[in-house]
Amino acid sequence: MSVAELQRRITQLEEELRKARRGDAAPEREKITKMSGEVVDTNPYSRLMALKRMGIVEDYEKIRTFTVAVVGVGGVGSVTAEMLTRCGIGKLQLYDYDKVELANMNRLFFQPHQAGQSKVDAAAATLRSINPDVHFEVHNYNITTVDNFDHFMDRIRTGGLEGGAVDLVLSCVDNYEARMAVNRACNELEQTWFESGVAENAVSGHIQFLIPGETACFDCAPPLVVASQIDERTLKREGVCAASLPTTMGIVAGVLVQNVLKHLLNFGQVSYYLGYNALVDFFPTMTVRPNPQCEDSWCRKRQAEYAARKAAEPIVEKVEVVEEEVVHEDNNWGISLVDESAPATATAGQVTGLAQGITTAYDRPAPSLPDDLTSSPPQDATSLDDLMAQMKAL
Amino acid sequence: MVDDATRKSLGSIPLMRTKAGPRDKEAWVTRLKEEYQGLIKYVQNNKDADNDWFRLESNKEGTRWFGKCWYIHELLKYEFDVEFDIPVTYPATAPEITLPELDGKTAKMYRGGRICLTDHFKPLWARNVPKFGIAHAMALGLGPWLAVEIPDMIQRGVVTYTEKKG
Repeated sequence: MSVAELQRRITQLEEELRKARRGDAAPEREKITKMSGEVVDTNPYSRLMALKRMGIVEDYEKIRTFTVAVVGVGGVGSVTAEMLTRCGIGKLQLYDYDKVELANMNRLFFQPHQAGQSKVDAAAATLRSINPDVHFEVHNYNITTVDNFDHFMDRIRTGGLEGGAVDLVLSCVDNYEARMAVNRACNELEQTWFESGVAENAVSGHIQFLIPGETACFDCAPPLVVASQIDERTLKREGVCAASLPTTMGIVAGVLVQNVLKHLLNFGQVSYYLGYNALVDFFPTMTVRPNPQCEDSWCRKRQAEYAARKAAEPIVEKVEVVEEEVVHEDNNWGISLVDESAPATATAGQVTGLAQGITTAYDRPAPSLPDDLTSSPPQDATSLDDLMAQMKAL
Repeated sequence: MVDDATRKSLGSIPLMRTKAGPRDKEAWVTRLKEEYQGLIKYVQNNKDADNDWFRLESNKEGTRWFGKCWYIHELLKYEFDVEFDIPVTYPATAPEITLPELDGKTAKMYRGGRICLTDHFKPLWARNVPKFGIAHAMALGLGPWLAVEIPDMIQRGVVTYTEKKG
């Protein structure tokens, strides 16, 4: 047996041992075929269905028809998945390549006895016992590698309850690379999604609602950050990579799922960007329009499609003026109208009109004009094999 | 920030011209050739400057890279395996360079042995897409990381010298 097989076997045996030790494993409840609003102690859905009687949600049962993909089952993702499970979501897809570690115990959800198990398996086991009505699909891999990414895209496209696309993707990952991978997949698949994040200093976080073509994609601008209002120079990472707090992560998971519910069940108002600054309890909100010169070609394509759809719509007589970005089908030279009072350099790589308290993590240069170098053959005719051999011979 | 020596060695690495990632079929092959040309030049420069410090090779598709890097401390050579995947979003995002055997030995690492880069690396990379390639990631990411972390780990006794593995 390979090391991987042996490791799997160990995990499996540990799990069995754990179950055997517990012995008196609490009887799990039977599945419930139809959500009931009956107010009795034994009905797990009575308080949720009460939302209907109170006039908050029109059709709560609809939640059982939805599939949500949670990418990253860490401090935010696990709590997000638990909330959706308790709300009776139809199906959850969970993606994570990591294992539960004792170092995770400063956050919610996972328990010390789960250390060593894969996060997705440990999470699915707990969540199933909380609500056996939810369908689970788990994937224990890193979505940013080429092979896994194709599989990930395929599951987003066909992993819904009825075999169609999932209804929402929630990015609860902890790194830029994975966020960019989710962004790429969702732009290609025209998949609506939410991004969430907690700063590495644990005192700020955000959620963002992304509709490809209609709102800014994750690659339209440098990462948006909630200004911490502390001198960055005093925040040095002496011997540490990241801090985390169960509070900030719980709050971000809470606002994330709140907006997911509002979007899916059609009540209230969904925030397009909601920041959270824990130090001063400040929650800025804003909408971010897409960047016509976004580096992601799928984003530009979705923007053009959205603009075309908008143009085809009958004009609704409305007094309030919503400023729409003019998006041209092709704009080879990157020409755009600039507010004369603004410096010309502030157009391309930067975002203007950010809400107070939100900045970009860094500036990016304006995208360079498509240069002809890329289409011209490389001056060096050496084949790749030769180059590989040359490298090896060094 | 980037010191003068790094700046100098950086300047002599050929810049990439093709903005393509591993999902871009033919364009990726072009990019991969540029990557190899960049790496060959960089390693050659290092050798010429008597500062040879790593070797890398990749699988056929150029999506998975592996090799060795080493660091000389008080005349002893400490050698480590280095590996990384090229993410689907490359070159918009840099590869996550990993030293698996040092996992758990320093706080300046994410799980699995991915090195924790400085606040300066990502902005610098982002500003130089698609011109920076693997050689730049090595020069700006792994090089400075080794220079700071290895002496510290040796001092703490978590990294000890072993006779050359061959």
